[in-house]
This record gives sequence, structure tokens and C-alpha cells, in this order.
Amino acid sequence: MSVVFDEKIQQTLGNANLQLAIYTSTGRLMDHRKKSLTGQLPEYQDLRTHANAIKQHTIENLDYYLEQLEVNVEAHGGKVVWCRNAQDVADFVLQLAKDRGSRLIVKSKSMTTEEIDFNERLEHHHLESVETDLGEYILQLKHERPYHIVAPALHLTRYDVANLFEKELGVPNDTVIENQTMLARRVLRDKFLQADIGVSGANFLVADSGAVVLVENEGNARLTTSAPKIHIAVAGIEKLIPRAQDLATFLKLLGRSATGQPLTVYTSFLSGPRRGEEVDGPDEFYLVLLDNGRTKVLADEEKRQALYCIRCGACLNHCPVYRKIGGHSFPWVYSGPIGAIITPQFMGTRHEPGLPFASSLCGACAEVCPVKIDIPQVLLDLREDVVKARTEDASNQLEKFAFKMFAYAMTRPKLYRFAGKMAAKFAPREPWVRHAPGLELLPPVKGWLSQRDLPTPAAKSFRDLWKERKG
Amino acid sequence: MQREQMLRDVRQALGRHPGQAIPAPPPVRLLVPDVPLKQRIDSMLERVAALAGKTLHAKSIGEAREYVASVIQGKTAVASNAPFLRDCGITELPGVRSGFTDRDELRALCATCNYGISSADYGLSDTGSLVMISSREEARLVSLLPPAHIAIIPASKLLTGLDELYSILPRPAEQTSSMVLITGPSRTADIEQILVRGVHGPGEIHVIVV
Amino acid sequence: MPRVSLFVTCVIDQLFPKVGIAMADVLERAGCAVDFPEDQTCCGQPAFNSGYRDEARTVARHFLKVFHGSEYIVVPSGSCTSMVSHHFADIFADYPSELAAAHALEPKVYEFSSFLTQVLKVDDVGARFDGIVTYHDSCHALRELKIKDGPRQLLSKVKGLELREMDIAQECCGFGGTFSVKFPEVSGGMARTKIESIQKTGASTVVSIDSSCLMQLRGALSRAGLPITTLHLAEVLASR
Repeated sequence: MSVVFDEKIQQTLGNANLQLAIYTSTGRLMDHRKKSLTGQLPEYQDLRTHANAIKQHTIENLDYYLEQLEVNVEAHGGKVVWCRNAQDVADFVLQLAKDRGSRLIVKSKSMTTEEIDFNERLEHHHLESVETDLGEYILQLKHERPYHIVAPALHLTRYDVANLFEKELGVPNDTVIENQTMLARRVLRDKFLQADIGVSGANFLVADSGAVVLVENEGNARLTTSAPKIHIAVAGIEKLIPRAQDLATFLKLLGRSATGQPLTVYTSFLSGPRRGEEVDGPDEFYLVLLDNGRTKVLADEEKRQALYCIRCGACLNHCPVYRKIGGHSFPWVYSGPIGAIITPQFMGTRHEPGLPFASSLCGACAEVCPVKIDIPQVLLDLREDVVKARTEDASNQLEKFAFKMFAYAMTRPKLYRFAGKMAAKFAPREPWVRHAPGLELLPPVKGWLSQRDLPTPAAKSFRDLWKERKG
Repeated sequence: MQREQMLRDVRQALGRHPGQAIPAPPPVRLLVPDVPLKQRIDSMLERVAALAGKTLHAKSIGEAREYVASVIQGKTAVASNAPFLRDCGITELPGVRSGFTDRDELRALCATCNYGISSADYGLSDTGSLVMISSREEARLVSLLPPAHIAIIPASKLLTGLDELYSILPRPAEQTSSMVLITGPSRTADIEQILVRGVHGPGEIHVIVV
Repeated sequence: MPRVSLFVTCVIDQLFPKVGIAMADVLERAGCAVDFPEDQTCCGQPAFNSGYRDEARTVARHFLKVFHGSEYIVVPSGSCTSMVSHHFADIFADYPSELAAAHALEPKVYEFSSFLTQVLKVDDVGARFDGIVTYHDSCHALRELKIKDGPRQLLSKVKGLELREMDIAQECCGFGGTFSVKFPEVSGGMARTKIESIQKTGASTVVSIDSSCLMQLRGALSRAGLPITTLHLAEVLASR
């Protein structure tokens, strides 16, 4: 793995408070999910299978559904903006803002906009873009990335927030969480009412309706999409589902998997600007469809299942590795098991070659994924890709050689038995050791011993004992 | 031209050509249970109460009106244009203003009133959700901007859940630009996972089933 | 009389051979004829999990050769069993004749506890073990082979044994093959979280059906200076 990855991991492991925060927050989310499913949703496994089938079908026929989506968005008075990359999105928004004389944008939570550094790209053009989800707002003030898909400020304490608000908003230091929340509400209320443009993401894009579905608890997505006169929804092309009726399957899975809620507080189904005699709502609606590497992922039949993701965060909560290294150790905006399979596919395996290996392949993620993405399988495929694309530095060469020797020895029983005998002969007498002089020079041995005692080869191997047993 | 390029990239990745037909999608999965009205009412109110909403099963329109009157006493309220609210006499109560069709006027009022009062197009009794369809009768901001929301809904509008909603309304987009399911008061747990209500949307909700 | 070929796995062969003997004892006592194909080595999992699919295929091919005549192949490891029964198909996906051989082998390969409960249909093997035991669910066994109740059922019939569940029995111990040495601090941290939970049960022994998990846990317990021992299920079931 890269030095940066290792450093970030060590930093997180060494921070006891952070370890506790990560562990308890994810633990709580796991419990909530479990409670909302145990005896509550007997059709849970059926729904997962159904959701997986729908996603597979949609992804395999994505061009068809994209076109259908566009027809329906336009039929309801909206416009689709096709964006190949981050720059296309920025260009579009800046042009629109210029044409309309817009100054202020309010934003609801969207990992897709994080992916393309949306706020940063607009900053340089005197267009203020304010995050309105409480956690995201806090992070924006702090200039940090989200820590977790669903709980972005998981790593911060009330003291962090108090200090931050004092510094950035010039208010007295107040560590009462309710007060902090109400302060944010007041500040952001003004922004909502003044904003010219509201930018949202999309949890789902519904092809047969030309609609965007937004799922939230705070109400900021509703305000973002209802108060300003212009609504722009930014969504990856993979967010499509064929029919509004499919939401009956997906909505039941999403809330429970993410936070243990049968439904989040607000579920919005938005299809274009306000119509006819509707009293309020935006006058203009734009749906930005983003590629940004998704078509590359689409081309891989085995690994494109990563695009089924509905961003519930369950895999993060259940991953024993995420629960130790946290969201900021990951090299890109997507963290946890889903991040581990998305990132190498978007950024190439050289971006962080260690990432697909940062997993014990325990499978807890696959067990809880509402759309049944086989994350361990994709990780295994990515590991093969990394090995094939490997650069020729010393440690990689050593590993390559070691596995060639492994294959050689394991197909020659006599050699295997001989090697075993030799190891037993020169092994220490104690069955478990703290040090292995000489052998410690090998990185795997050193790595093992840094954390645990090492077992030594048995004096008599199984086959020796077997011979004795028979004779 | 970005459109053409993207669609071309998608097709190339999938090995499909323009205009190619698609196999049949997996069938829609909607299972609507048969639940008697009384149970739906009980379930609706129970679920709302479990989410810290206040509830009332009003046996008459008058009872509903009295409840609302006592809740909003001395405060200001903006009511939507739902005919049912007029029928219940809500729009006549002191402090209640309604009948707005101008967006800016309505918004300014919603931003300053203590209560937003609306009806709902449907209720989902298994989750305690209100289904709000944006229309001439129901504006979006009435149930969103004021810090408290009161919803009055006839019992006959209570559906069993999402499956029934999407069975009777397979294409909401044909009707409205916005259909919102409201399930409890606004909340967040973004700071230390501690629950706080009323972040952006109303922190207090009342659901009255008549 | 079922004819069982033992695949003891390279870890047990070289590091924990008594587990293999214990398994043979239990199977013979339960009425099986047990043989040990001498040329066996490894299932190829270390290479496969590290991305070296060609090397894994070479080793897997050897496995197919060694065991192709067996009636049943019983394995004292969930991860090695799932390597053969679930992943050989991936390895030989583009090699039709070996793929056919792998598919023919799949229904014959059993993890040890599953063989007892599903094929021999026994849960009481007449064992005696005095002590408080807690059971660790190894990941491949739990999630790929769906093994959860079988081992607990077998343990419940052991005279003198008290089984106590730890609160995180199903969490990964942190071994994950080369993960344990590529990300040692994370792996170590996961092991420490696990042994904390084990300690809370008051058990004197941790039991699992996977020796690699036991190796990870024992290494961590030993480093922490804790007197808790680790035993493979076979060793418990073989004791009298």
C-alpha cells in the first residue's frame, strides 16, 4: 500500500477517542438496522433479491432507461444536462448562474457532488454554495470530507462543533447539541430563503416518471428543492430504476439498512418544475446526469455490480476494518467496503494498490447489502487486477517470487514434505514465540510478530503422527 | 454532443446498439394486505405517536376543530387550501390565514407563522406517513417552513402502506411535480448521534384522523 | 460405511497436527473408514486471496488430482472447504475439463462439523470436556457455508462442557490470510477487540472450526498474557 494510506491508518488507530467514536456510532447504526428488521420485515430477503434483479436489469440496459428518463423529464417541463465529468457540471452551473444573475446556492447532501468537488469548483467564481445538511454544513466550515456516507460528522464531538462555530460564526462557545443544531437551523433558514438555486443529489432516478427521489430526515432537501426558483439535481447515471412502483421495494430496504427507519422522515418524489396551479415549487428544473468514469465501470461484467449501490452505508457499519480505520483513511470520497470496490474502478488500481487488500474478506458487508452486491468477490477480482498491473518494485518482486515458489512446492509433495521437515527441525522448541531471530527480516514475519505471538512448526507433522497412529 | 458521446459510451460498455429492445424487466412487486379500517386508524396513530408526534382520533369534524383551536390558541397559523380544512372549519379559527395562491406571499407567511395546517392526500398506516401531493390545494411550504405542522385527514384516506400507494398511484409524476411522504417530525443525529428534532422541517407534528 | 478422505490443510499439517488426528479419531468412532491421500498439500487459497490466480490454479489442479477418487473429503477448516466448494469454479472458469472435475468434487467436500451433522446425522459423539467454552464463528464457514448451528449443537452434547456466547461471536477475528501481515495493526486491533469479548464470557477456552482463526486468536491471547486456550472443535469432540 502507499505510504499515505498506511500513515492515515496508523493515525486513526492511534487516536483512542476517534476509535471510540467510530466504534460506538457504527455499533449503534448496526443495532438500529437489526431492530428494524428482526420480526419487522419478513420479506426482507425477497426484497433484496428483487432489488438486485432490478438493478442488474437496469444497469445492463442503461442506455434504454436513460433515454426514457430524458423523455419523461422533458415531458414534465424539465431539462436533462448530460455531463461527462466534473468540469462539464461546473461549466453548466456557472453558465446558468451567470445567465440568471444567481449568487447563492443551497445544497442538500450528495456524495456525487463530493465526488466532483462541486463546492470547490464554484468557489473560485464568486458563487456561494452552502451545505444545508447539518453534518455537511459542519464539515464545510471545517473544510473536511464526509467521514461516513450517512453520518458525515461521525468523527466530531460537540466540543469540536462548539469550537468550530465559535471560530467560523463568531458565536459564544456552546457545547449543548440542541443549541448548536438550532443555531445551524437559523443560519441556514436565511440561506434557504435567499438562495437563487437549490442543488440536490438523487437517491433514485425514476425512468418512467422522469423523477428524482430524495430521502432525508432533516427537511433540508425539501427546502433546497422547494424554496429557490431553480432546482438542479446532480446524479450519477447508475441511480436509475425503471418504474415508480419499484420504489415500494427500494424504499423499504434503504431506510432500514441505513438507519433502522422503515421510512426516513421525508421522502420526496420530484418531477420537474411546478405545474399548472401548484402554488409553490421551482420554476426551472435541471437534471444533471453524470458519467465521470461510470461508463468505464459499466464495461466490466463482473465488477459493475458496484454500481447497484443505493448508498445506505450498511457495509461501512458492519465492516470490522472500517470500524478500525474510519472514513478518512480511504483515498477517495467513498469509504468502507463500497469505497474499496468503487475507487479502484474509477481511479485505476494504481491509485491505491493496497486498497483491495485492506479487507479480511469476512463477508459481513455482502450479508447486509440491500442490493446484494458481492463485495468480497469484486475485491478478489480487483486483487487479481492489482497483481497483473503491478509495478516492479522490490517488495512486489519478492511477493511474486514467493507465490511462484508456493505453487512450485505445493505441487511437488516430496518437496513440500521435505520443506516441512526442515522447518520443524530448525524451529524453536516453544510452540508460541515472541521473537524469531533472522526470520524477522521477512516483512510478513515482522508484521505478524508486531501484534501477536507466532506459532512454531510442530516437531511431528500430521503425516508423521498419522504413520504412528496406523503402525 | 455530450449526450451523444455519453450514450455511445454506455452502449459500447454494454455491447448494445441504438434502438435495441430490452428484455422484460423483473415484474413489479406490490403486495397489498387486507387491513380493516379500524386497524389502519390505530396503526397510523400508533406509529405517529412512536415518532413523538401528537395524535388524535377525532370522532367528528367538530372534535377536530376544537383540538386545533386549543393547540394554536394565541398563535399564528397558515392553512393550505385543502377543501377538507374548510369543511372542518379550520380556516375560520382565530389566527388562521389561508386561501393563498401567490407563491411569494405564501412563503413569507409560512416563514413567520407558528403553525402550518394542511390536510393530506393519503396516509400510510404501517409507517404513520402523510402523503402530500403538491397542487392548488396543498402547497409544499405549509408543511415545511413553520416550526409546527398540523395535518387533518379523513380516515377513508388511510392506505395500508407503500405497496397500496403505488398500486393506486403508479405514476405520481403525471399528477404533480412533488409528492412527499412525511413520517414524523424533522430530526437529525449528526452530532455525536444525539437525536435533535426540528432541524429544518417542523419539530412538532400533530396528526388528526377524522 | 462411509469412506472419508482427510484433507487436513497445510496449516494443520505443519502447525497443529493434533487437530487432524482428533478429527480422524472422531470420524472413525462415528463409523467411517478414514484414509489420508499422501500427496495432498494445499487448496491454493493463500495465492487466490492475494490475487495470484494462475498460481492458485496450479495448486488447485494438484488438489483435483489427489482427491478425484474420494467418496467424501472432510476438512477441518471452513475457509479451505469454501475455497474448494465455492471458488474452484472461479479459478477454472475458462478451463472446461477441470471445471467439470471441480463441479464433480463440490458435493463431496464437507467441512468437518457439517459432515457430522448433515451426512452422518449425529450430534452426540460421546465426548467429554470439562470447562467453560465460547465459540467463534469463522467468517467463511458462517457466511459462505452457512455453518452456525451445527457446531453449537455438537458442543451442547459434550458432557461437562458449558457453552457461553460472546457478544460478538460473528465478528471477524482479523486473520484474513495475508491481510494479517499486510495490515498487521488493523488485524491486531480486530483480534484484540475479539479477545476482549472472549474475556467477558469467563470462558477458559475458545473453540472454532478454523485453525487459522485459532492461530490468530491464540497469538493475540498469548501476547496479552491471558490464560485462555484455543481448541479446534475436533479436539473437543475427540476428548473423553
